[in-house]
Amino acid sequence: MFPKVKEYSMMVKKQSPPSPKLKDFIWAFIVGGLICVIGQLLFEFFGMLNMSQKAIKMAVPSTLVFFAALLTGIGWFDKIAKRAGAGTLVPITGFANAVVSPAVEFKSEGWILGLGANMFKIAGPVIVYGTVASVVYGIIYYLVSLF
Amino acid sequence: MAKKIGNRTIILENRPSIVGYGSVVGKKEHDGPIGDEFDTYNDDSRFGEKSYEKAESRLQKTAVETALKKCDKTEKDVDCIFAGDLLNQCIGSSFGLRSLGIPFVGLYGACSTMTLGLSLAALTVDSGAVNTAVAVTSSHFCSAERQYRFPLEYGSQRTPTAQWTVTGSGASVIERSENKPYINAVCFGEIEDLGVTDANNMGAAMAPAAAATLMHYFSDTKTKPEDYDIIITGDLGSVGSNLLYQLLERQNIDIRCRHNDCGLIIFDLKKQDVHAGGSGCGCSASVLNSFVMHRFESGDFKNILFMSTGALMSPTSTMQGESIPGIAHLVNIKID
Repeated sequence: MFPKVKEYSMMVKKQSPPSPKLKDFIWAFIVGGLICVIGQLLFEFFGMLNMSQKAIKMAVPSTLVFFAALLTGIGWFDKIAKRAGAGTLVPITGFANAVVSPAVEFKSEGWILGLGANMFKIAGPVIVYGTVASVVYGIIYYLVSLF
Repeated sequence: MAKKIGNRTIILENRPSIVGYGSVVGKKEHDGPIGDEFDTYNDDSRFGEKSYEKAESRLQKTAVETALKKCDKTEKDVDCIFAGDLLNQCIGSSFGLRSLGIPFVGLYGACSTMTLGLSLAALTVDSGAVNTAVAVTSSHFCSAERQYRFPLEYGSQRTPTAQWTVTGSGASVIERSENKPYINAVCFGEIEDLGVTDANNMGAAMAPAAAATLMHYFSDTKTKPEDYDIIITGDLGSVGSNLLYQLLERQNIDIRCRHNDCGLIIFDLKKQDVHAGGSGCGCSASVLNSFVMHRFESGDFKNILFMSTGALMSPTSTMQGESIPGIAHLVNIKID
């Protein structure tokens, strides 16, 4: 009668069109690169304002995060990200979007249990495993530096 | 009285008919190829409500009211309503219909709910248990996205096999009648699971269930695809439809020349960026209660098979790595 699970998964694979990888790569490269260029321009701009190096390093990501959050709020970010993929996901803009989008979405369930509880639904795992990874890195670094 | 023939099929003998029907959709559906056929649409995705869940409830209520109005009835004339949707605990239906004062039967059949409700409504009317029953279901892109996937504004990419949840609702009013399209037979499907785990490929998960129900129906009734004007599936989309052809061809059944899918009818796949097609309870509900019924009225359709298809998974089962069980319920709608 029906094909076995393995055979059916082959049939499904054959019928399912793959993601347009080359197109996705090019978009991600261009948009991701553009965001970095904007970051560099901001760096130069803040430099012209005679800000200290330390302050500039804080100001550049803050500005990028601000605009990513703003674009998420007005509903543009997902339209750009739909094409850009990793181009908008990988820079700090992706993190801002991952925090702001559930915040916008879950406001309908209230400020505390809705927005507050769900804000880190997507970004939460990044923070958890980012912290874990940095601890592991720290231990390795320490061990290596012993010799 | 209804009687069972063969393994699964139930033949109804008292002509439970679709005497009234109504459909409501959102903007994207209205912009689609059959946009003009829907009774009402709204540019506002919240339909004037505060939340998407409330919007979905509004959709369902509007669909029922429209369907009743079209056959000159009020809520008081309805003995029983069969309703369901995709939201947790089916709040789209219960909150949408709570003010109507109609005896309420809540259903969950995922995207197969339209034909599930329609079959049950037809059976109760056929048996004489009730005179008038209503079947209704809905889905909303935004409420489904937030329940099953990511927040709306989250910047993610959809795979080419993903389908677009239809924002829409459709309601059918069922009564015994002599000159309206009637439900001649129903065939409840069994749960089929061929191990698809990709929640972005629902068509593939549902195709085996659709194939099984069709095979049972053809064998029970000793009919073949050519005996029907059209065979319409719920929301298999482009990927699922092709898999359905292949599964049926292994049994020497060819439905290509007769088949269409609501998910492919409601959207223009080339222009509307919906990837593999439309999906959701509202997909088959809104297409049945507009496009299909209009063609019965114009005489283009006289004898059709209509089968909504559902994927019976939840966000929890998907995260736990479970495969996606599919279901498909079929109705044979005829007019003499």
